[in-house]
Amino acid sequence: MTMRGALYFALVALALLGTGLFSSWTVALTILNMGLISAIMSLGVNLQWGYAGLFNVGVAGFVALGGLGAVLMSMSPVGEAWSAGGGRLVLALVIALGTLVGAIALWKRLSRYRVPALVVLLLVGFFAYRAVFDPAVEAIEAVDPSVTGYLGGLGLPVLFGWPFGALLAAGAAWIVGKTALGLRSDYLAIATLGIAEIVVAVLKNEDWLARGVKNVYGVPRPVPYEIDLQNSTRFVEWMQNWGFDPVVGSAVVVKLCYSALFLVVLLALIWMAEMALRSPWGRLMRAIRDNEEAAEAMGKDVTRRHLQIFVLGSAVCGLAGAMMVTLDGQLTPGAYQPLRFTFLIWVMVIVGGSGNNWGAVLGGILIWFFWVQVEPMGQWLMQAITAGMAEDSDLRSHLLDSAAHMRLLTMGLVLLIVLRFSPRGLIPEK
Amino acid sequence: MSGNPYQDDRGNKDATITNPSGRGEIEVSTGTGHGSHTAEAFLIGDSMTGGYGKSGPDILHDCTVAVNKGEIAVIVGPNGAGKSTAMKATFGMLNLRQGSVRLDGEDITGLTPQARVVKGMGFVPQTHNIFTSMSVQENLEMGAFIRTDNFKTTMEQVFDLFPILRDKRNQPAGELSGGQRQQVAVGRALMTQPKVLLLDEPTAGVSPIVMDELFDRIIEVARTGISILMVEQNARQALEIADKGYVLVQGANAHTGTGKGLLADEEVRKSFLGG
Amino acid sequence: MDFLNALVALTNFVIIPATAYGSQLALGALGVTLIYGILRFSNFAHGDTMAFGAMVTILVTWAFQKMGVSIAPLPTALLALPFGIAATAALVIGTDRAVYRFYREKKAAPVTLVIVSMGVMFVMNGLVRFIIGVDDQRFGDGARFIISARDFKEMTGLREGLAIKTSAGLTIITAVIVVAALFWFLNKTRTGKSMRAYSDNEDLALLSGINPERVVMVTWLIVAALATIAGTLYGLDKSFKPFTYFQLLLPIFASAIVGGLGNPLGAIAGGFLIAYSEVAVTYAWKKVLTYSLPESFAPEGLAQLLSTDYKHAVSFVILIIVLLFKPTGLFKGKSV
Repeated sequence: MTMRGALYFALVALALLGTGLFSSWTVALTILNMGLISAIMSLGVNLQWGYAGLFNVGVAGFVALGGLGAVLMSMSPVGEAWSAGGGRLVLALVIALGTLVGAIALWKRLSRYRVPALVVLLLVGFFAYRAVFDPAVEAIEAVDPSVTGYLGGLGLPVLFGWPFGALLAAGAAWIVGKTALGLRSDYLAIATLGIAEIVVAVLKNEDWLARGVKNVYGVPRPVPYEIDLQNSTRFVEWMQNWGFDPVVGSAVVVKLCYSALFLVVLLALIWMAEMALRSPWGRLMRAIRDNEEAAEAMGKDVTRRHLQIFVLGSAVCGLAGAMMVTLDGQLTPGAYQPLRFTFLIWVMVIVGGSGNNWGAVLGGILIWFFWVQVEPMGQWLMQAITAGMAEDSDLRSHLLDSAAHMRLLTMGLVLLIVLRFSPRGLIPEK
Repeated sequence: MSGNPYQDDRGNKDATITNPSGRGEIEVSTGTGHGSHTAEAFLIGDSMTGGYGKSGPDILHDCTVAVNKGEIAVIVGPNGAGKSTAMKATFGMLNLRQGSVRLDGEDITGLTPQARVVKGMGFVPQTHNIFTSMSVQENLEMGAFIRTDNFKTTMEQVFDLFPILRDKRNQPAGELSGGQRQQVAVGRALMTQPKVLLLDEPTAGVSPIVMDELFDRIIEVARTGISILMVEQNARQALEIADKGYVLVQGANAHTGTGKGLLADEEVRKSFLGG
Repeated sequence: MDFLNALVALTNFVIIPATAYGSQLALGALGVTLIYGILRFSNFAHGDTMAFGAMVTILVTWAFQKMGVSIAPLPTALLALPFGIAATAALVIGTDRAVYRFYREKKAAPVTLVIVSMGVMFVMNGLVRFIIGVDDQRFGDGARFIISARDFKEMTGLREGLAIKTSAGLTIITAVIVVAALFWFLNKTRTGKSMRAYSDNEDLALLSGINPERVVMVTWLIVAALATIAGTLYGLDKSFKPFTYFQLLLPIFASAIVGGLGNPLGAIAGGFLIAYSEVAVTYAWKKVLTYSLPESFAPEGLAQLLSTDYKHAVSFVILIIVLLFKPTGLFKGKSV
């Protein structure tokens, strides 16, 4: 990292410190924690875009899958639901998978009549699947719908959910990449756009899986609960010794625990990414990016490398998604908006500096800081603009209500300005 | 990584978001301060020195090419001698550090390629020289885009010159054979009624029979009073029909003379025509 | 068995809604495909351009309604449409001047423009939400139906009613007129041909004296008109909500790509293919099947293949299938 890069990081730290000092430390730490997660997401996208020029516009989907991973690992299993329809559901999924595998095998084996055979197989498989699946789902979702109504998870510590979330995202990425990469040219962008939409739709509608739009609450934590800290006399004494309010102190300590955890993951990822970049593998990736024909002529399997890095990057996004669900303590499928979880991440990568891991991290934290802080700034700006207007003016109330949308406008402007005047980003690739 | 950060696409070739076909590559680069006086040639690129881009290395070194009214001038030379570059320089696609380009006595060194088209120059690139998705007739119409008068007669003249195009006028140009495509390309350039026509290797990639026919047509075009400046790989055949020939070596004039004269020149024959 | 009633039910619940939706997608996809063909990038801001155009049309419609101007039985929005188009044209041409032109001059890689269009998308999205808010807006007026279900039943004596909403009828007619006009323009006029020439071969177009900036301006103008018309018709037919326009991006891109990117004919075919499959797969076929099958075969359930929440999945799957077997799309598109 250069002097300039260090300076930018210092500025971001200063901004967070300022927020802590003038607003509140919980706010500052909340921003920092989500900023760290955003940084991991942009690391993932940077891996794909910066190293290999792969255009992933389905980040939201991979992030959501990661969140699902955390839920599936950490929530306690709902025994009643399993006995009501668990077995049948698994059977239905096996039928679905079997049909697909059979269809692919059929397509490869047969040469004559393969289209009609395929159609028949798919139709039969589909109806068999629905016949088993529908009643099973109904039974599962009927089990205490206000609290559970789903199968639950494995009941393991949530930290196991992180690699599992990454794995889920990687699996989805493999399927997408396998189909969308490596024809004469790619069609990855549209494929990722579609898969993200589908993943989020599945999460919203398949209540048996993760309660759909009813959300999963109470995802276990890897760190202590505030209330436990407040009840611990040792902690209260400790806080009082330092002269802090135990209630505020407990919130700050919990958030600091998260920050430490996220920071460890982030640093580990950066270290790995940097090592990978300097390894022969990384050099090959850059060689492919800079001159694909030449790399191909040297006998390098470009498509395989692209698939590799696409899966890796998506896994990182999935990891971040799992971390986010852990931090929030809940999975809310309705929240995975592409603007927030795909395009905002792109703004982070481009503003930070495509191809530079430190840039991606900087962009992640910086843009997240702005994303959060633009709203109060907009609110303040609107107050200032409308100060002279009559109390009951329609325009005044409209302007005040609209201040929340300032952040989209601002993010767009930030992206456009950086692209124009500093197209390589704040910390350019060396 | 290229010098222009906006052109860095990181190797992305995602066809669902970007469309690589038909992109423009022409870099308009013109202008020097220096002028000089030479012959009464109709088109002359005079003592040209320069290269591509603002800071690119010089490819041409004090190179001069010229063509008189109604004559055919041919630029020949070994690979990488700067033949095409010399011709492109006369068309405003090179950054000239020295020298000038004049058309019919007027200094056009500072004009863009488009402006030179308006002044009466026609240019047929070596590749990508037709609109493949458009019909033959539409190709010719596009050639006449800058004309505000009725160009029906010009189109008839082109059809008379290349009768096969009349038969295929409604066919997409991309479906034609190599030789026919070249005819469309030349026809398109003729539609502006140019005073001088620049041809960049018009016979590249066509069979010898088609090549002879194309040369015949080019002579016919020249007879109508249009000056022709042409770059050719097939040096011997080209020099046979040339009024004037330029042999370039490493961006500089090596030999200059009439077509016949160069063909007879012992040294030219030895070094460039294979004996 | 009752084929006549089955046919009416099919027309009422599948064919008419799908044709209207297909027309809206086709108009949207035409805009995307024109930008792809001429400016050579996929415009992520297209959904939001549609939203902006529809928004201006709505605001003007409201103004007309307040003034009591009306062209009943047609919706007032039709009268407001030219204003919407003008405002959108001003916006996109202004955006081109302020943003895109710079990158053209730098001969930027198309993917740079894609990223730029993301920035524009954010700005336009914010702008629309800022002006009109995020809520559902209704602005349709005039007659609600061309034929109502009851009238149809009385007329024909059938059990099944056929209702044609004014907005659906209007959408289809407008789409036909707009598409015909566009094709006439592209194939018959000098400017239209110069656009095709520029799309085909930029350098040669330049050498032929075609002014690239003019081609680009005309393209944006047409795109603004297409986007506004598509956005307004969609809003009239369903409802106006900024977020749904953003979500339309996927089916619109899918339509353009399935048809063959850069090919206007393909955009239309793609739009209808996507719309018909979306409606067919997410429609509950119980009624139609009950009419058309012998009684003993009548389905017990809704006979719905997928819940409507998965309609975008359908466009996606169709897209993947087409690309796997025909990488250039149904009609020959540019590369892929």
